[in-house]
Amino acid sequence: MEQLPILKIGQTLFVSIQIDLQDETVLQLQEDLANELAATGAHGVIIDITAVEIVDSFIGRMLSTIGSISRLFDAETVIVGMRPAVAITLTELGLSLSGVRTALNAEKGLAILNGKT
Amino acid sequence: MEIDSTNERMSAYLRDNHDKVVGRWTDLVVVSARGRITRDEARRELEDLFALVVRALSGTDEHAAGELRAALGELSRARARDGFTPSETALGVFSLKEAVYELVADSAELVPEFLAFSRLIDDLGLRTFEEYSEAREQIISDQAATMLELSTPVVRLWEDIIAVPLVGTLDSARTQLVMEKLLETLVATGADHAVIDITGVPTVDTEVAQHLLKTVAAARLLGAECTISGIRPQVAQTIVSLGIEFGDIATKANLADALALALRQAGLKVVQA
Repeated sequence: MEQLPILKIGQTLFVSIQIDLQDETVLQLQEDLANELAATGAHGVIIDITAVEIVDSFIGRMLSTIGSISRLFDAETVIVGMRPAVAITLTELGLSLSGVRTALNAEKGLAILNGKT
Repeated sequence: MEIDSTNERMSAYLRDNHDKVVGRWTDLVVVSARGRITRDEARRELEDLFALVVRALSGTDEHAAGELRAALGELSRARARDGFTPSETALGVFSLKEAVYELVADSAELVPEFLAFSRLIDDLGLRTFEEYSEAREQIISDQAATMLELSTPVVRLWEDIIAVPLVGTLDSARTQLVMEKLLETLVATGADHAVIDITGVPTVDTEVAQHLLKTVAAARLLGAECTISGIRPQVAQTIVSLGIEFGDIATKANLADALALALRQAGLKVVQA
């Protein structure tokens, strides 16, 4: 199973997903992020999914769950760089990713987090 | 063998009477065309066609039948483009029979030859019908494709604000295309506001509303905010009576208001110079 690296930049944790997501990978990410948030006390999480071409309902739901978990650590989650095809798929699946914010790119995602904190 | 020799005799007969037949045929076609083609033009087309008919009948040239079909197809398509009805095109072909009949009417010994010739012309007439409908279908599908292209421009209103002015009836295929184009433009330009203007949309039913809501939801997933503008009074009444809820999606009466809202959300202010 592949592990996704979590980078800490200032008060923000940054995860860039460069592979096709498997269910276990996302579960592992959820666990790692929770540990990292507890350890660092970061106030924001940016998940970059520019390279992700395929999502299913499970992964869509897990992204929401990650947002809810981060909220418990007083951290806001921003999903950035979603592809149009992925957005259409998620909409067709009826998922609106409640609990997370979205931005077009990492720069705008950072601006959202910085504007808040 | 019998058929072949009658065909050959007919072919020879037509060749001998070339000028008379083509002349009469041209007359008939020009009259029925009622001024839509000139005599010279008709003469040229029919001359070619006649030569091919003679060659096809003679049976010595195996390519003649194929060439005849191709030439006929070309003629039917040209006629379809010029606005002739398929009956007119077919009648034009059938009038060759008439032209020949006038010549052979007195000579009883040519009856079997004329019958064989007549069968060939009937086939050709039907062929023009087929070609005509094929050409028409081609035109229709081309136009549908053009309309689809024309109907979905995405324009930039301001830095980071784009708009999609929708004109005409929305169906699933179109809204899908609009959605894809809007999302692609959002990603390509990095704009985080989009205005969907439906001033030109005559009716909004539950299906169209559903598509609009999906588009807005997908844009939100990308991190962009959408405003719907240009809802007409009748459309507003329909939306309410259908019980469609736009939820927390901002709707504005016109594009100007929507732009003002987008500018405000982007933290910009327009001041008098």
